[in-house]
Amino acid sequence: MRSVRTVILWGLIAAIGAAALGRVALSRGESINAAWLLTAAICTYLVGYRFYARFIATRVFVLDADRATPAMRKSDGHDYVPTNKWVVFGHHFAAIAGPGPLVGPTLAAQFGYLPGALWIVIGVVLGGAVQDFVILCSSVRRDGRSLGQMAKDEIGPVAGVTALVAVLGIMVVLISVLALIVVNALKSSPWGMVTISLTVPIAMFMGLYLRFVRPDKVLEASAIGLVLLAGALWAGQWVAANPALAPIFTMTGPSLALLIMGYGFAASVLPVWLLLAPRDYLSAFVKIGVVAALAVGIVLVMPPLAMPAVTQFVDGSGPVFSGKVFPFVFITIACGAISGFHSLIASGTTPKLLAREPDAKLIGYGAMLTESLVAIMALIAACVLTPGVYFAINAPVAALGTTAESAALAVRQWGFVLQPGEMDALAKSVGESSLLSRTGGAPSLAVGMAHLFDRALGGGGMALWYHFAIMFEALFILTTLDAGTRVGRFMLQDLGGQVWPKFREVTWQPAVWMASALFVSMWGYFLYQGVTDPLGGINSLWPLFGIANQLLAAVALCVGTTVIIRMGKARYAWTTLLPLTWLLIVVMTAGYQKLFSPDPRIGFLAHAEKFSSLYSAGTIPPGVPSLAVMPRMIFNDRIDAAVAAFFLVSVIVIVVESVRVWVGVVRGRVPMNSSEVPAQSVALFPAD
Amino acid sequence: MDVLRRLVSVVRTVIGVPDYERYLRHMHARHPDCAVLTPAEFAKARLDARYSRPGSRCC
Repeated sequence: MRSVRTVILWGLIAAIGAAALGRVALSRGESINAAWLLTAAICTYLVGYRFYARFIATRVFVLDADRATPAMRKSDGHDYVPTNKWVVFGHHFAAIAGPGPLVGPTLAAQFGYLPGALWIVIGVVLGGAVQDFVILCSSVRRDGRSLGQMAKDEIGPVAGVTALVAVLGIMVVLISVLALIVVNALKSSPWGMVTISLTVPIAMFMGLYLRFVRPDKVLEASAIGLVLLAGALWAGQWVAANPALAPIFTMTGPSLALLIMGYGFAASVLPVWLLLAPRDYLSAFVKIGVVAALAVGIVLVMPPLAMPAVTQFVDGSGPVFSGKVFPFVFITIACGAISGFHSLIASGTTPKLLAREPDAKLIGYGAMLTESLVAIMALIAACVLTPGVYFAINAPVAALGTTAESAALAVRQWGFVLQPGEMDALAKSVGESSLLSRTGGAPSLAVGMAHLFDRALGGGGMALWYHFAIMFEALFILTTLDAGTRVGRFMLQDLGGQVWPKFREVTWQPAVWMASALFVSMWGYFLYQGVTDPLGGINSLWPLFGIANQLLAAVALCVGTTVIIRMGKARYAWTTLLPLTWLLIVVMTAGYQKLFSPDPRIGFLAHAEKFSSLYSAGTIPPGVPSLAVMPRMIFNDRIDAAVAAFFLVSVIVIVVESVRVWVGVVRGRVPMNSSEVPAQSVALFPAD
Repeated sequence: MDVLRRLVSVVRTVIGVPDYERYLRHMHARHPDCAVLTPAEFAKARLDARYSRPGSRCC
């Protein structure tokens, strides 16, 4: 009887999902409601979780509640601690969800909502969630070892080193592109600038409070911090309205870039209790709060999507970033569909907390589905804006010109509607001087969210909601940036320690300062290059970030496939080979095009070539301030090309190494042994 | 009151606050003869570990 009911229930969910997906995919010319998109996504996630995740859990890994997890075997009260699965889920979700799933879908909305939506929903069920789940299971069976260590143990030393260097490269590109998004959101915005700057002393106040006034009262300090954040929002509004103070806090891109680099350096050398830890606590609340608020806003308003299903920019001529829908939608949306970075977390803290093996399904697969839902909500928030407004905010100066009239003309030439006064009125309503060419995704997402919140709560608060959204986005971008810089510093110290052992000492200040300065200048270089780029920087840096992130996903899936084959489950290796193959096609195509496309808007080298010939002819292309800056731009193109080439070579190395191992194991030339720790029953490890 | 305390403990774990009480319980149960860290030492050790490796934060 129960099985009949189960069949009916899941049949119904599948049918509703299929109907909603059909409605989303096939409607043309009429605007559809966001509810369809949300329903299609949620039903697909439910079916994926119930059937595919269970298949991987029971058939591939055969997760066993009687097999002791690292948390039980090595229980030490701090690193390895058996923890309730919902707590681990929350912890893991807070660690994986950052600005990535918000920004990528916003940028990809230039193709229309359909390509992004399909990739997010299908990509996560067959790719992203599988990656997170498989890496988590692999790490749980190996005492919680890291991805780099597993690559070394399972594939070989070359793969291990490549993985490590790739991680460092990815961090550099990731931090620079995130910093660029913050710069573009705060540029000439005294309100935003004051609010975000105040978050630093607020975090430090919390740090001091926790250390000297009320040690360990984290929730109390966070509550005070949140109240102060609301005050910072109000202070920003006050400064922006004050004619004497506003100009002091109206910053240009380059000076903001230098400030953020200074911040990253400070965060890397200051004690963690003073800045990083309290900021993280605040950011975790903010993250969960903003995701919940976005969900409530969408459900209350149920907005129609103003963006068409597919725009003409699928042909590669898009102003937000160039390149055809294939492969670039799959590069632009990494987090939310498949994100290689997650494999570092799934093989970091999380595997050491699992109380039971079967919990891995909820935490590995389930948390990624939740992140994917966040990506769908960000896509909805971007698509509730009219296309005219969306493109006016997200297209760079080189495409729009600098005035409201030139922007309106450009947008109309693309076939969308935009009155010259519309952007001014919108900017005024959110308390900004201009919203034209605010590339990077954060401002348009904030406008979309402000729009939703304003409608949900009955009007009048656009400016406050806009700056609230900007503050939230900047807060957790800066949390990734500061923690990432510190981690990068440790990795550099570790690397430098190979040749000069003293450099590794974390208590030796000169090494700390040198490594921090080196790492900050690495990402700072790309940041500064992006800030001064007339094409907006996002155009060149976001694809690099996407390629880097998918490269790490390819590494993770190679490790996963090797683990599965070495378990003697080669017949199930398609679970990871399927997304791996797709990623390789996407990364290789995108990387090849970024390098060698003859179209200067896509290919780095073609762009360098074009600028070289313009420079020798003495012509200044639109958007470029002077002839003198052109040699630097040409050099930057070549650096970007070198970075893309480095990522592609790394992918090839890892894949070739892995395939050698797979073929060897299947043919019996390489022994089937793996680094898995032998199974032990939970009965051997009594709870504390 | 118990519900509240449980909730506080869940929220603290989710946002990543090190749990000294749990560490103490573990040490008393498993290693009764070992010296335990003071709350300040424990907090410092936890924070240092958290911010020194990749994999505690994502994009």
